[in-house]
Amino acid sequence: MINYLIRRVIYSVLVLAGINLVTFFLFFSVNTPDDMARLQLGGKRVAAEAIQRWKAEHGYDKPLYFNPQAEGVGKLTNTVFVENSVGILRLDFGKTVEGRDIAWELGQRVGPTLAMATPVFIVTVGLSIVFALGLMLFRYSYLDTLGVVVLVVLMSISSLFFIITGQFVFGRLMAVMPLSGFSPPPGMFKFLVLPVVVYVLSQLGPDTRLYRTIFLEELGKDYVRTARAKGLSEIAILLRHVLRNSWIPIITSAGLLLPVLLVGAIVLESFFGIPGLGSFTIDGINNQDFSVVRAMVFFGSFVYVLTYLLTDFAYAWADPRVRLQ
Amino acid sequence: MPGPIRASGCNKAPPVKIVTLWTDWVVFFVLAALCTYIWRVARTPHLAVTWRKAFLSAPGSAAATVLAMFVAIGVIDSLHYRPLLEAAPGKEAVYAPETLSLLDHLLAAQREGKERSYSAPLAYVAFEKEAVIVNGEPRREYQRLAHAGNHLQVPEQDWAGDISRRCLVGAVLGLLLAALVVAAYLLLVSRRQQIELGLAWQRLRRGEGRYPVRTVLATVAVLCLLWGVVAQLAGGYHVFGTDRVGNDLLYVVLKSLRTALVIGTMSTLVTMPIAVGLGIMAGYLRGWVDEVIQYLYTVINSIPYVLLIAATVLILMVFIENNGDLFPTSAQRTDARLFFLCVILGMTSWTDLCRLIRGEVIKLREAEYIQAAQAFGVSTWRILSVHLLPNVMHLILISLVINFSGLVLAEAVLSYVGIGVDPSMQSFGTLINTARLELSREPAVWWTLATAFVFMFSLVLSANLFSDAIRDAFDPRAIHK
Repeated sequence: MINYLIRRVIYSVLVLAGINLVTFFLFFSVNTPDDMARLQLGGKRVAAEAIQRWKAEHGYDKPLYFNPQAEGVGKLTNTVFVENSVGILRLDFGKTVEGRDIAWELGQRVGPTLAMATPVFIVTVGLSIVFALGLMLFRYSYLDTLGVVVLVVLMSISSLFFIITGQFVFGRLMAVMPLSGFSPPPGMFKFLVLPVVVYVLSQLGPDTRLYRTIFLEELGKDYVRTARAKGLSEIAILLRHVLRNSWIPIITSAGLLLPVLLVGAIVLESFFGIPGLGSFTIDGINNQDFSVVRAMVFFGSFVYVLTYLLTDFAYAWADPRVRLQ
Repeated sequence: MPGPIRASGCNKAPPVKIVTLWTDWVVFFVLAALCTYIWRVARTPHLAVTWRKAFLSAPGSAAATVLAMFVAIGVIDSLHYRPLLEAAPGKEAVYAPETLSLLDHLLAAQREGKERSYSAPLAYVAFEKEAVIVNGEPRREYQRLAHAGNHLQVPEQDWAGDISRRCLVGAVLGLLLAALVVAAYLLLVSRRQQIELGLAWQRLRRGEGRYPVRTVLATVAVLCLLWGVVAQLAGGYHVFGTDRVGNDLLYVVLKSLRTALVIGTMSTLVTMPIAVGLGIMAGYLRGWVDEVIQYLYTVINSIPYVLLIAATVLILMVFIENNGDLFPTSAQRTDARLFFLCVILGMTSWTDLCRLIRGEVIKLREAEYIQAAQAFGVSTWRILSVHLLPNVMHLILISLVINFSGLVLAEAVLSYVGIGVDPSMQSFGTLINTARLELSREPAVWWTLATAFVFMFSLVLSANLFSDAIRDAFDPRAIHK
């Protein structure tokens, strides 16, 4: 067990290192620091000294990967890559274009994103399991077919339509909810209802369908026949046997949902004006702020890797066979 | 890009100059590859059996019919050219700077029939009042549209009658066309199977036979009916209304189809070589090669795709800005951005295909024909390319179909956030983006959203249904997403 977990942790660290290398390459090789400086300072005819000064301010005035002037190990460590990576490890992401500290901004904006993502996650997974189990009770009947049709239709509608019509109907026609905006905890609830409902609706289709297939597959197995022969009721079979044996695939897909939520937050937050991580990223793109986008890419990947790790732990908890491997 | 076609021996310039954009090449390549693959499937019995299974399901075949219609529209829209401009006397004729497609030509009336601003679907007056001078006094009135309902003498009375007449004529013409198709099918069947026409019709009506031909023909009939009505109405009105600058929405939404199709197919295809190559190598060679490749795709997979796309689009925008001379015209810049968007989208989704192929190859390497090849001392490279590659080809097509709807949906979201296609390009994302602001007007402009919804929904729904049929035909467990 411990061995397995340690192996997974080491692998995750390696993956993070790889992500750091890939993103660094992406950000610094296509557009060199000179290009970035020119972009930020504006115009093509910027004095060479100004560029040098900008690079020195941002710590980009060294060679990217290899420094031939330095001595010994310094040839490799005295570079932008190493300094940048070490900074990220210390959670020092640098400053935004406006001069605010990115790490501080992240801390400020994690709250609203979590406030939206947590209820979405719980409600989506819970509802999907309930619906899928419900369909199982009526499997191979017209109700089941109808359910699948509704799910496919839900899957085929872009989430943008849910957002726009939701805002139009509830925010404007019925005027029961604010169109967009956010306020700290006591008044937070009314701002979050619409985004949460919209997001759950757009996620319900694929998840419920997936769980339905998982349950169907499980229902065809021998132990279910045994349970039926014992005279267990259909509901007891579903809850006590089928659901338990389906935990592994459910954990997998639920784990995959977490980073999807983080990403979905980007769209939802910009629609509903929630000052979370997503709108921070969008602002970064619009300001062409490389440090913000790089910090967000690394942060997002970190969450992703962490979720993978947690899913692995959850496997070990849910299925003894994994522990013994 | 090919230059103008030179007519040798005479001085007259050809009436059009053919232009092939980057994405056009890809469209043509996809078509050619698809034809080759179909030809190969037809000659390989075990593949043919499985693929036929995909068309046995009624919803799948109906969806394939609808998809085929959308693809046809997209292909027509990919034949680009620049028309010859009328030459001024004494000067050499020049080609228009604007690149048009065959679809533009077919929809010339819609493309050129611009209004001044919004107008509701099938309206004959503008959506907003305009100030006009009547008898020397300024008044605010709804103006008649320039290109819709012109033929109406007394619009208040004639409008309803004209609309219903056009609907009826369109429906009749559409059904006639559908009847022609059915008749052609019956003739073909009676010739092939040497049975009488009446018997063939009875079999079709009862839905006998292995394939759901009845469903397909019914779908064709419905499509003919709808397009008949739309075509009749489009002759005198803006069927779906006009947008802010007065463009006919029917035209705009048909142009968006190509963008959606290109993104949906190209993203999978551009990264196909990487996914296939690495997947086969990892699955066959195992050992450290497998470890390295698995590590690679875990790394790429661990970067949330929207963030990766956001980062790359930002980098790309800066690159285009700094190297403006590489992309002289705006059409090329737009096209390059679409192309790179596809590459990036593909980069984020190739890991699934790679994993799929790796799993399949691990199974295949134990197969007898591979072991026989090893025993004969066939080189590894030859085993990979000759024996393994053809046997995983179907996975590419499957993942193409399965990824399609997700990519079309992703395009809309990305374009909305501002990291998708160029804002000047017609796409579902840009359409929805404008629709959102229009809904907040008073009174609301609802038709842009409705039009985009109808077309995007039918495209994605048919893609989803078709991919379900394919998934069921091939091993349903292995291709579980």
